[in-house]
Amino acid sequence: MNEQTPETVAEPVEEQPAPLNVAGATPQIVTDDVTDDLKILLGDFEGPLDLLLHLIRQEQVSIYDIPVARITDEYLRYLRVMQEMDIAVAGDFLVMAATLIELKTKMLLPRDPSAVAEEEEDPRSDLVNQLLEYQKYKAAAQMLWSRATVEQAVFKRAEIETDKNNPEVAVGLFDLLKVFQDILARHKEEVLLEIEREEISMAEMLERLRNMVMSSGELNLRVFFERARSRRELVLAFLSVLELVRTTEVKLFQRETFGDIIARVVT
Amino acid sequence: MATEEQNVTPTVDDEAALNEEASRELAAMVAEEESAAAMDAETPDDGPLASPQSQAERAAVIEALIYVSEEPLSAKHIADVLKEDKDVVNQTLAALSEEFNARNGGLQLREVAGGWQFATRPEYHEHVRAFLKTRPSAKLTIASLETLAVIAYRQPVTVPEILEIRGVQSPSSIKTLLDKKLIVAKGRKEAVGRPMMYGTSKEFLLQFGLKDLSELPSVEDFHDLSGGS
Repeated sequence: MNEQTPETVAEPVEEQPAPLNVAGATPQIVTDDVTDDLKILLGDFEGPLDLLLHLIRQEQVSIYDIPVARITDEYLRYLRVMQEMDIAVAGDFLVMAATLIELKTKMLLPRDPSAVAEEEEDPRSDLVNQLLEYQKYKAAAQMLWSRATVEQAVFKRAEIETDKNNPEVAVGLFDLLKVFQDILARHKEEVLLEIEREEISMAEMLERLRNMVMSSGELNLRVFFERARSRRELVLAFLSVLELVRTTEVKLFQRETFGDIIARVVT
Repeated sequence: MATEEQNVTPTVDDEAALNEEASRELAAMVAEEESAAAMDAETPDDGPLASPQSQAERAAVIEALIYVSEEPLSAKHIADVLKEDKDVVNQTLAALSEEFNARNGGLQLREVAGGWQFATRPEYHEHVRAFLKTRPSAKLTIASLETLAVIAYRQPVTVPEILEIRGVQSPSSIKTLLDKKLIVAKGRKEAVGRPMMYGTSKEFLLQFGLKDLSELPSVEDFHDLSGGS
């Protein structure tokens, strides 16, 4: 369908852009200015069957009655060109070469005169069936290619709030403030009497948070905030959470909307 | 923002108090806004919901459900949510999609991968892309597409069977398809070596815009097409 018949052009052209190359084989025959030799620009063949189909089309012969000798010669010529061009010839191409040569030999052998003509199977039939089968899927691949192209031009709606793809983005600063606020409010009622104690520093608070998160990989921030014994500690605790988020040591997320905020170690 | 916070030395009580006040105020505003948003949204899991009264209402509800669904929404799923008969839902869907698509607008209501979905019409992809600043993502290679075609039409199919049809020896394109989740393992074949069998996935239907596998044209139809060029 999208197959390009080999064209003769004056000089080597750039490789066709991907869409035109869909059929796999878009080799081109070009003339070399110096030697006047014909050169072949190879397309990508997806395998030996692909190459064989291309040759059959190029030689304009029937797939049901392949002139084995001619096609084999062409096939081998292609392999040589590929080798000359330093393209690593995959093993499957060589296997096919062997099959073709074997077939060529069989075709040359005189037929057994005693065999009943009808029962004698054409030695090419296996290969023909394989080619016919492959050809169908090659066409189906083109159909898939065009379907995918159309589908890529179709856009679905953007994600909305309720899509739970990425819980990490669900926690904003305000959510964090809210938790902090709740605890602060509760704290006010609880702490009536402050006994002098050694004040914790910002660095120590950071260390505490780090240890708590690292030890289990995850930490419910409510638990962390509730450990603070004074408002000053609470503020420090809050700041240390912000700091670890800023330095991307932890990520914050909620398991559900309005749920507890969890800090998780960024791996 | 975090850096600014850090510069605030915690000993400055005024500032802490002010921050506290600000945060309380903001938190209250946020809470208010959130509860308003929560009231706007339908909350189908809170108590029994009345089934839609009229056909028009039913269609409207279904339209809303399809819109909020992240994945294509199946008729069965809709029927479950609305506690309606699946046939009724299917009829409504048919009428709804006909009506919606008759508009010939920028959106289409379509059936894909066993569900219903709103999507843009492909005609307008250039404008949509320009707006989203995206490019078409990398396409599959021909080898991968050929392999995918074999799997789609022959599933469940084993690796040796795929390679034989394609006449190649390398299974790398099968691996690619598996990595891209376009195919899935479908169990082992009761044969020598118990080889793994593969088939296409839901992702395959989605990426190729297919309702289901039966929407694929018959592979026998390709017979004539491929030969003549």
